[in-house]
Amino acid sequence: MALPPPDPQFVLRGTSAAVHTLHFSCGGQEPGVPTLFSGSENGFIHVWNLKTHRVDTELDGHGRKSVYCVETIGSKNRLLSQGRDQRICLWDLAEGRTSVTDSVFTENVGFCRCSLLKVAEGRWLVAMAAKALEEVQVLELPSKTSVCTLKPEVGAKLGMPMCLKLWQLNCGSQPLLLAGYEDGSVVLWNLSMGKVLSQLVCHQEPVMSLDFDSEKAKGISGSSEKVLSIWSLNEQQNLQVYKTHKLVNAGIADITIRPDKKILATAGWDHRIRIFGWKKLKPLAVLDYHTATVHCVSFSDHKNPSERLLAAGSKDHRISIWSIYTQT
Amino acid sequence: LGAMAAALERALREAAAALERGGDGAAAALGAVRAALAAAGGPAAFGERERALFGAFLRSLARAPRAARPEGVWQGCFLEGPPGLALCVLLEALASPGSVRLGEVIEVLEQFLQEGRISALMWEVCQQQAQAGSPELQEALLNKIVCLPDHVSNKLQGKNPAVFFPQNYFPLLGGAVIQVLQKISDSLRGGLDCSISFVSHVLGKVCVHGRQKEILSVLVPRLTDLTKSDCIWQRICWRLVECVPDRWMEAVVLGFVQRAPGADVLSRLLGNLVVKNKKAQFVVTQKVLLLQYCHTTAVLQNLLGYLSLDSLRRALLIKVLQELLETWGSSSAVKHSPPEQQQYISKAILICLSHLKEPEIESCRQELLTSMMEGVKCHLDSNLPQIRRLGMIVAESISSKINTDGPVLKFQVKILLLFSPHPILLPRTLFLVLAKLGGRLDDDLIPYDMSEDKELKIKAPVYIRDCIEVLTGSEDVDKWEATVKTLESLVRKNPAATREVSVELAKILLHLEEKTCIEGFVELRQRAQVAVLSTDPIPVAKYLTSQFYSLNYSLRQRMDILDVLVLAAQELSYPKSHRKTKHSGAQNPCIQLLPGSDSSKDWRRIVDERIKSKTRRFSQAELASGPNEFNSVVGHFFFPLIQHFDRPLTTFDLLGEDHFVLGRLVHTLAILMYLAVNTVAVTAMGKALLEFVWALRFHTDSYVRQGLLSCISSMLLSVPTERLLQDMTEELLETQSWLGDVVEKDPDGDCRRLALQNLLLMENLKKKLKTPANLT
Repeated sequence: MALPPPDPQFVLRGTSAAVHTLHFSCGGQEPGVPTLFSGSENGFIHVWNLKTHRVDTELDGHGRKSVYCVETIGSKNRLLSQGRDQRICLWDLAEGRTSVTDSVFTENVGFCRCSLLKVAEGRWLVAMAAKALEEVQVLELPSKTSVCTLKPEVGAKLGMPMCLKLWQLNCGSQPLLLAGYEDGSVVLWNLSMGKVLSQLVCHQEPVMSLDFDSEKAKGISGSSEKVLSIWSLNEQQNLQVYKTHKLVNAGIADITIRPDKKILATAGWDHRIRIFGWKKLKPLAVLDYHTATVHCVSFSDHKNPSERLLAAGSKDHRISIWSIYTQT
Repeated sequence: LGAMAAALERALREAAAALERGGDGAAAALGAVRAALAAAGGPAAFGERERALFGAFLRSLARAPRAARPEGVWQGCFLEGPPGLALCVLLEALASPGSVRLGEVIEVLEQFLQEGRISALMWEVCQQQAQAGSPELQEALLNKIVCLPDHVSNKLQGKNPAVFFPQNYFPLLGGAVIQVLQKISDSLRGGLDCSISFVSHVLGKVCVHGRQKEILSVLVPRLTDLTKSDCIWQRICWRLVECVPDRWMEAVVLGFVQRAPGADVLSRLLGNLVVKNKKAQFVVTQKVLLLQYCHTTAVLQNLLGYLSLDSLRRALLIKVLQELLETWGSSSAVKHSPPEQQQYISKAILICLSHLKEPEIESCRQELLTSMMEGVKCHLDSNLPQIRRLGMIVAESISSKINTDGPVLKFQVKILLLFSPHPILLPRTLFLVLAKLGGRLDDDLIPYDMSEDKELKIKAPVYIRDCIEVLTGSEDVDKWEATVKTLESLVRKNPAATREVSVELAKILLHLEEKTCIEGFVELRQRAQVAVLSTDPIPVAKYLTSQFYSLNYSLRQRMDILDVLVLAAQELSYPKSHRKTKHSGAQNPCIQLLPGSDSSKDWRRIVDERIKSKTRRFSQAELASGPNEFNSVVGHFFFPLIQHFDRPLTTFDLLGEDHFVLGRLVHTLAILMYLAVNTVAVTAMGKALLEFVWALRFHTDSYVRQGLLSCISSMLLSVPTERLLQDMTEELLETQSWLGDVVEKDPDGDCRRLALQNLLLMENLKKKLKTPANLT
């Protein structure tokens, strides 16, 4: 008989609003406390100390409008956050500061999280949904210069971009963008030419989230349906459906592949977190703790595999922290 | 030639004398006549004088005794002589046989037909006509040719040979017509003039006698072949139809339209007949399209295709389309003409539209648009679903035709089938196998127990009062959904708690709107309403019936009230034991009944079933018995509904434009009446219902009339026979005569059928009354 699924290692309470995004910062060089950033519906970003399980700092930079994306840039002292006030803010948190150093006005009214990629030392690219309904804009940070604007062909009817993933095969190679659209298709963009390399209809409904494993050239996407779609990218840079996986309940809000590419986690509208083996998409566990939709899942970047954590943020205002499949 | 004629004349005189005398000389004399005839070059060369002589000769031959007529020779005289004369004499002999026996005349006639003398006869007349022959004679011959089968069969009383059967004779006549036309064509090519009008007359008269099928089945295929590439034949064919007298034109044109294999052939056969001939134009553009509706779609395609194939006729096509649209868009036509005719007209419109070209549409775009708008309005106003559908289909086609670049009218004519969700659960064994395989092949990640991973359930409230709270005030959509789904079972489980708040609950449910898209919302709400009503019938029925006639409800809500009343009445009137099984069946809905679905069919089915169940069953399963719960409450369901129908409110006018609701009300009353069988109030209800029906019996809407007739059915079935006959005799007699009228005159087929059914029920009542009297 299989073991019952584990309970959360601990639970973080106190955001007093639905949690929309999570980001770990635990693998820094400097000796310091492992940190978790969370963005919530009331516009606050909380910086959690994972030793004490308390909030260290509370950041208020989005005019009390929901924060739906938080990422660190390089170190845990530089933070990027995206909110429903249509702004992307860059924070300086060093030495206890909590100031917004720069911001980008996206003029986009959607929920599409931006995607960040380090292309060189001190140079990042950020992809985000643009003002025009179907467009994606890519900026270089910190200079904020526009790299390209990706417009679907006239009549493509993709709808709004829903989720983005910037990636490159290895350091120095051409960065590419995977974007999931409202019509259920996943599109691979070439940034330098601004051209579609491949398009694949993965879902009947909008793609809510996707993640991509550049080593195996394989990605996964979830939508508001009951299906996970796994697709692969072949040598000719064509996207192909690899397999699909049926779920018990409909709706996937977020998908994340663990950095070691062993497992992945999904955040379900059915309040549950699901864990799968990434190789064969073998179902491994269903974590049933939350009492409302789970909005986001995130894996920690601990150096030591045994310390790696999984965090999930939910509409029920809680963040659950799990330790699962750490012994591999 | 003069010598020849003189020889023939002499031979004829001698033969006549020989026949008078009788004896052996006759044979020789007849032989001489035939020889002289052959020498003179056949009857074609006859002048007036010869004809008269020959006629006298043939008559005396027909009167001559058996001995004076050598076998084989006298028949030859008839077959070789002038065919017109021969036919006349033979038919005279048939009418009053002298010494020649009937059998002999028939034999000669048969040979006459089989040797092609009919075509010779017609050809003879055609030639004479060119030289202006006598019209009376032609008329007489025409009658004889066309009515030959009738003459023969009248005389022989059913023992006539097969060749005189109409199904054989008229095809043969058709063949003869072709032969004559062939001769005409030859003579035209030879530069000779000749008249075709006698052949046209024959064709017209045959057709008007109803033998189009027989004669045209020969003519049309042959003419189709012959006119394919020959313009003289085409001209002949056009003349053939043009020369048909007006009084027979309809039958001929219709025959051609029905039998032509396609519009192009029809166009070749008829030419521009419709432009030249007023009568033909009337038949084609008015009668077949607007006054009749029995023709097949192929006929319509032939006809309209024919109109579209020539520029002169295309003007008529546009005119026809305008007239069709006028009929289609007339609210009186929509109301009063049978659905079959409306379908026919719609078909014709669609075919016309497909033939129209861009510039032609341009010329009448505005008119098309106007009539489309009018037509859509009165079609959508109809209570019959098929009429509404027709309106939408035609309007969509017109709109797509006139708006090539602008926005196009689009109705969603769809039947939605919503299936209940099936949970996807992997069978446990399969899952274990997969787990093992996966474990060995994949990696060493061992899955946790996932058996708890089931479909998500929202916790629904468990008390009725909580439900009221959620339904009235809650912002939590999930909870609201769960409440709507669970309410019915909660009401059924807690009747006492429900009674405390029943009217309030009924009110909330009546006003409940679909907040989110729930599968089967309408049905869930309805089932909850039914549960509340059947749990606490009197106050809730009072509330609902009073709301039916109050201000500020939508038609939908009023119809909901009616549906709920019917369903609850049905439930209450069934014995409890039945209800259980019935209910569990209703628990897993596969198809959601959408609002506006055809529930009247259901109602009629109930009535039909009831009629079927009149047959007596001898073996009956043991049934648990219980009191009829409907008995004590039926009045609260029925009487308030019947009271106020003739008092219009500002927003609700049953006798005016809200006749659809009136139709539903009438059907509801019919069902309630039917369900009230075996209750105390049934006689009073029957009386009230009969009065109600009487007041509305001439309603213009066929859906309402159908409901009224269903009311009569259920009244006849529910009210005990003795009460019917004692208390309502006069009303019943009045109703009976009305029903008789409906059976004869109602334009709606369903109404006629229902009325007939009612009359049969009344007959049965009478019989039932007599039978026990006979037995005792």
